[in-house]
Amino acid sequence: MIANLVQLAAEEKQNPLIPPGPELLVGTIAFAIVFFFFWKKLLPNINKVLEERRAAIEGGIEEAEAMKVEAQSVLEQYKAQLAEARHEAARLRQEAQEQGAALIAEMRAEGQRQREEIIAAGHAQIEADRKAAASALRQDVGKLATELAGKLVGESLEDHARQSRVIDRFLDELDQKAEAAR
Amino acid sequence: MSDNGCGFPAPGLHSFLFKPIATVGGIEFNKVMLLAIITTAVVVSFFYAAFGKAKVVPGKLQMIGEAGYDFVRRGIVYETLGKKEGEKYVPFMVSLFFFIWVMNIWSVIPLAQFPVSSIIAYPMVLAAIVWLVWVGLTFKRHGFVGFFKNVTGYDKSLGAVLPLVMIIEFFSNLLVRPFTHAVRLFANMFAGHLMLVMFTVASWYLLNSWMIPAAGVSFVMTMVMIMFELFVQAVQAYVFVLLACSYIQGALAEHH
Repeated sequence: MIANLVQLAAEEKQNPLIPPGPELLVGTIAFAIVFFFFWKKLLPNINKVLEERRAAIEGGIEEAEAMKVEAQSVLEQYKAQLAEARHEAARLRQEAQEQGAALIAEMRAEGQRQREEIIAAGHAQIEADRKAAASALRQDVGKLATELAGKLVGESLEDHARQSRVIDRFLDELDQKAEAAR
Repeated sequence: MSDNGCGFPAPGLHSFLFKPIATVGGIEFNKVMLLAIITTAVVVSFFYAAFGKAKVVPGKLQMIGEAGYDFVRRGIVYETLGKKEGEKYVPFMVSLFFFIWVMNIWSVIPLAQFPVSSIIAYPMVLAAIVWLVWVGLTFKRHGFVGFFKNVTGYDKSLGAVLPLVMIIEFFSNLLVRPFTHAVRLFANMFAGHLMLVMFTVASWYLLNSWMIPAAGVSFVMTMVMIMFELFVQAVQAYVFVLLACSYIQGALAEHH
């Protein structure tokens, strides 16, 4: 109780709104030091750096802008070149197609010609063979006929036949008949 | 207050009295003064570490410092005074903000556990400095007559009530305003400290037999109050600086 009363008495003397003198002084000095450091050293320091950073960022932005413009122009150039190349390619393709068509036509004509040549040569060959065969046949037939007639007649007609050309004439007649019948 | 007979050591004004820990040159040096000086050391050394060798590409500490600096500069000074007029007052406001904030934070730091700003002398000093800046600036901007017009809110259109308004405004601006400026900070921290001490002491005091659950409740309240105080500490520092800015804005504003 007594301790409490003493405490109460002490509290009555004290008013929390009346500042103790020494604390005013300490507070002023403490704040002054903080302010001085901020004002003279720290904030100029950081402001300089912030300014540098801002400049760096703006420089970076400008650089990026320039690069963008350059990229744009390069892109357009490429696009133009690409279009030109496409055009060129189309032209070449067209040309190649035309050339190809011409070549094919030429080849076809050539082929046709060669075929005809081969056929013609074949025909000539066949004709020649046929003629050779016919003349050989004619001789053999003449010979056989003469021999047959000789056997029938009993004497050799060979020499006579050779002299008179009777067989040839007979065969020619046969030929003519065959021609007429055909 | 403490006379309830159960011996509960209720906190009171005596919680804000400290025995001197040393006497330097006739001045009794106590815990709060020590904390005030440590506040200076903490603020200066933190920002020296952050901004002393500032780099264009910031480190972690510098980034935190910049965030705080930017908050005061852009969030308070530029908002109220504008970039052009405000730039000059940025160092003042930045030091005010961090000085007050750290003074408040001591409230929840173990061992310190006392908000320096709950001793009226410290808010009073700061409010007085703001007041001096404001008065000086008003004189400088508006001259002697302009000063009185500015301070008394002189406005012809008020007609008959003008004398009354002038008297009220004069007292309000010159006397009441610096007082409330200081007391707002002081009272908030004072009350916050009382609450914290109350619940902390109660958690300990109630820690016997059947009261233990109550002690638990009290302990939880202590934690809640610590969270709340952390919030109040920042808000009060912000409000103090915001008001300082708005007073200065009044001095800079053209008289209407």
